[in-house]
Amino acid sequence: MQVLKKIGLGFAVMLASLNACADYAWNFPLPATPMATDTLHVHNKFMLIAMAIFVVVLAIMIYAIFSHRKSKNFKPVTDKAPSTAVEIFWTLIPFAILLLIDFVIMGIPAYHSVLMMEDTRDKATMVIKITGSQWRWQYEYMDGDAQGIKFISNLSTPKEQTEKGYQGVKDEHYLLEVDNHLVLPVGEKVRVLMTSTDVLHNWWVPQFGSSRVAVPGFIRETWVQVERAGTYRGQCKELCGKGHGYMPVVVDALPMAEYKAWVAAKKEELAEASAGADKVWEKHDLIANGKLVYEKNCAVCHQVTGAGLPPAFPPLTGSKIANGPIFGADGKYLKDSHLDRVLNGIRVMPAWKAMLNDTEIASVITYERNALGNNVGDMLQPSQVKEARQ
Amino acid sequence: MSTTTVAHHEEHAEHPSGIMRWLTTTNHKDIGTMYLTFSLIMFFVGGSMILAIRAELFQPGLQLLNPEFFNQLIGVHALIMIFAALMPAATGFANWMIPLQIGAPDMALPRLNNWGFWLLPPSAILLTLPFTLALFGIGDGALATGWTFYPPLSVQGGIGVDFAIFAVHLLGISSVLGSINIIVTLFNMRAPGMTLMKMPMFAWGWLITAFLLIATIPVLAGAVTMLLTDRHFGTHFFDAAGGGDPIMFQHLFWFFGHPEVYILLLPVWGFIPQILETFTRKPMYGYKAQVYSFWAIGALSVVVWAHHFFTAGMPVPALLYFMYSTMAISLPLAVLFFCWIKTMWKGSMSFETPMLFTVGWIILFGIGGLTGLMLADVAADAQYHNSYFVVAHFHYTLFAGGIMGIMAGTYYWLPKMTGHMYSEKLGKLHFWLTAISFNLTFIPQFFLGLAGMPRRIPDYALQFAEFNMISSIAAFVLGFSQLLFVYNIVSCARGNGKKATDQVWEGAKGLEWTLPSPPPYHSFTEQPIVK
Repeated sequence: MQVLKKIGLGFAVMLASLNACADYAWNFPLPATPMATDTLHVHNKFMLIAMAIFVVVLAIMIYAIFSHRKSKNFKPVTDKAPSTAVEIFWTLIPFAILLLIDFVIMGIPAYHSVLMMEDTRDKATMVIKITGSQWRWQYEYMDGDAQGIKFISNLSTPKEQTEKGYQGVKDEHYLLEVDNHLVLPVGEKVRVLMTSTDVLHNWWVPQFGSSRVAVPGFIRETWVQVERAGTYRGQCKELCGKGHGYMPVVVDALPMAEYKAWVAAKKEELAEASAGADKVWEKHDLIANGKLVYEKNCAVCHQVTGAGLPPAFPPLTGSKIANGPIFGADGKYLKDSHLDRVLNGIRVMPAWKAMLNDTEIASVITYERNALGNNVGDMLQPSQVKEARQ
Repeated sequence: MSTTTVAHHEEHAEHPSGIMRWLTTTNHKDIGTMYLTFSLIMFFVGGSMILAIRAELFQPGLQLLNPEFFNQLIGVHALIMIFAALMPAATGFANWMIPLQIGAPDMALPRLNNWGFWLLPPSAILLTLPFTLALFGIGDGALATGWTFYPPLSVQGGIGVDFAIFAVHLLGISSVLGSINIIVTLFNMRAPGMTLMKMPMFAWGWLITAFLLIATIPVLAGAVTMLLTDRHFGTHFFDAAGGGDPIMFQHLFWFFGHPEVYILLLPVWGFIPQILETFTRKPMYGYKAQVYSFWAIGALSVVVWAHHFFTAGMPVPALLYFMYSTMAISLPLAVLFFCWIKTMWKGSMSFETPMLFTVGWIILFGIGGLTGLMLADVAADAQYHNSYFVVAHFHYTLFAGGIMGIMAGTYYWLPKMTGHMYSEKLGKLHFWLTAISFNLTFIPQFFLGLAGMPRRIPDYALQFAEFNMISSIAAFVLGFSQLLFVYNIVSCARGNGKKATDQVWEGAKGLEWTLPSPPPYHSFTEQPIVK
């Protein structure tokens, strides 16, 4: 009895230690939404069933391997082709077992999970839109107090850390950190609309249990309802080109009051930025601001030096467009000008008008024309960008 | 067979020698040998690509490869392994063994057979040429979209995509030609008395495979052609701006891609019961049940395709349909597993290398099948999809379930094909190294996937470091232990090792074992009769 207790205790400790690990590397990360909780339960249940089947079948095989072998002089049973009825009976047993597992034990909970997962609208209290682009996410709040808040979220791991051959210390959240976090209120069901501007992306936070492909030209839906405050990290999980490994997702879930404060602050910040569009800027301010915008958004493809990565990503240094006129001789908007290219994009180049504000666009264009080895000498005011948008 | 008949056969073995023999041959054994050699070479080409990737993933940070080159390697690795290693291996065995097993003198359409093979080397060159061209500054390298060609990324891509599209066309033509040949051979050239329901399981596996290939390859060819016209001729099949839909490509691709899984596996499922029969020294259990299961799996395989992209967005009824139909594949598969294990039960087993590979195959393929069942669940699939969990899953089905089965078949028939025994000691060493390092490579990847590591990323967050390190080390052991496989094959082919008897294995049954080892250039000058 004593021995049995000891063994039991040992098992309990073993299981407990397995559980301790379960938060981290041996299973799904700790779920933060009802969907992820459900997924974890479903996964654990299926894993258990799969393990049970595997162990039973393996045990039978191992028994046969060790006892029914020629070296032990085991004589093979004649096992003449059994009568059809018997054969059918025997082979129907595994069939029936799997029928039960597939469509009852696994099938019924799976059915409910699917319905829950696809129900994006019931009880949803707010809507956000997520747009994937090569290689960043854009978030837009569609309704409520936060309506109109819109920003881009870029990888913020320092460039030198991700470069080839970097040997130094890496950030704690290497490749899983961004400049602007998506902020969501705790406990609210958020309907998520998903789309893309170029290729397929997939917005995925493992602790949320939801993942959906962002398809250019289409709106896909999913939902999240974060139950605990905290910071959650994920990544794009649809191969989307060379920057696929470099477009993380970071979500801050805040209690309602803090969320409201964040919304107010963010709105103010955005208002300030758009107010900046109306003032007249000094050239060196534009260039300084433009450098920041450039390195955050443009350097992935056109490189920090402006050398580009031809043939896919042309150099800006000495580029015809970056050194050509911004406006036509008549002072009007010019198609295929530097401004037009940044606003509307072409092929792989995204249309930045949806992602950057007037000040940012004016700054980055001024920067590109007066740095990176270019020396046009002119500048672009945010007010001109504002006008060009109309 | 007495020696006099052998000498008699050799008289008829007139063929050109040197390179012309191989270029012009219509002999099924020569063509089979070429397929198998090609497959072995490409297995190493694809393998060295993945070792470069595993070296890069050994620790976080970029060490060796650029992200662009990394993306090219993953896609080309998959295409080579699937189309240039696994499929030609199965076709090679079909060429070698189907005529011998059904008592036919050769394949029904020998010239077609020759053409089918000689389409392969050019397509392998097409696939890999962009790597070389890029070195000379032409284009930006090979296909960088993964082997699935998903648009719009593939519309954006460079010339590598076009090269891959044409390579796939050639490979597709080759597969369809091979399939036609096999169907015609099986329907017309069986020895008298061999009814369809007396055909060896390998022939059955290939018959279903051949039908699946003919049904699905044209869809793939159509899909990649639409991609080609989207790229160059202004069509908008996959571009929403012109009324198209990028997800439509995924439907078309996987309508081919899912049956493809069974195309790769069914021939191997044919090896297994035959090898079991030999090394358990008792007839296989449930021949009919296995044949019907093959049919069922063949039929189901063409109606479950959308489970490869549950997260792309689908109506709820479609999600439910594809979930339940996918789960239904486990039913016939359970019957197959039952029959294989029942064949082992109360046999008189001995564990030569082919048997070791077969038993290992059953266990590891079982893991692939069970994780596949879990992946069918739509809700959980949102987490598994495109994570390393899926990578581990399909390597359990395609490396363990495919390549290890091919290895079992190779060791099983190598003495028959070459007339010499391989070294049993090295064969067993090869098995244990392969099985252990395979598991150490891919079990960590299950955990990586669960923890949230997406596939196809060149660099990863620090929390994934330990498992990646284990996986990379094991992958190198796995890769280098395959040199033993080559050594075993080459030494048999060169006539080292002791001479093989006609029957080779004590328990071997079937027409191929009635011929001498190696079989004469023209086999069955007198038609055998099956009772």
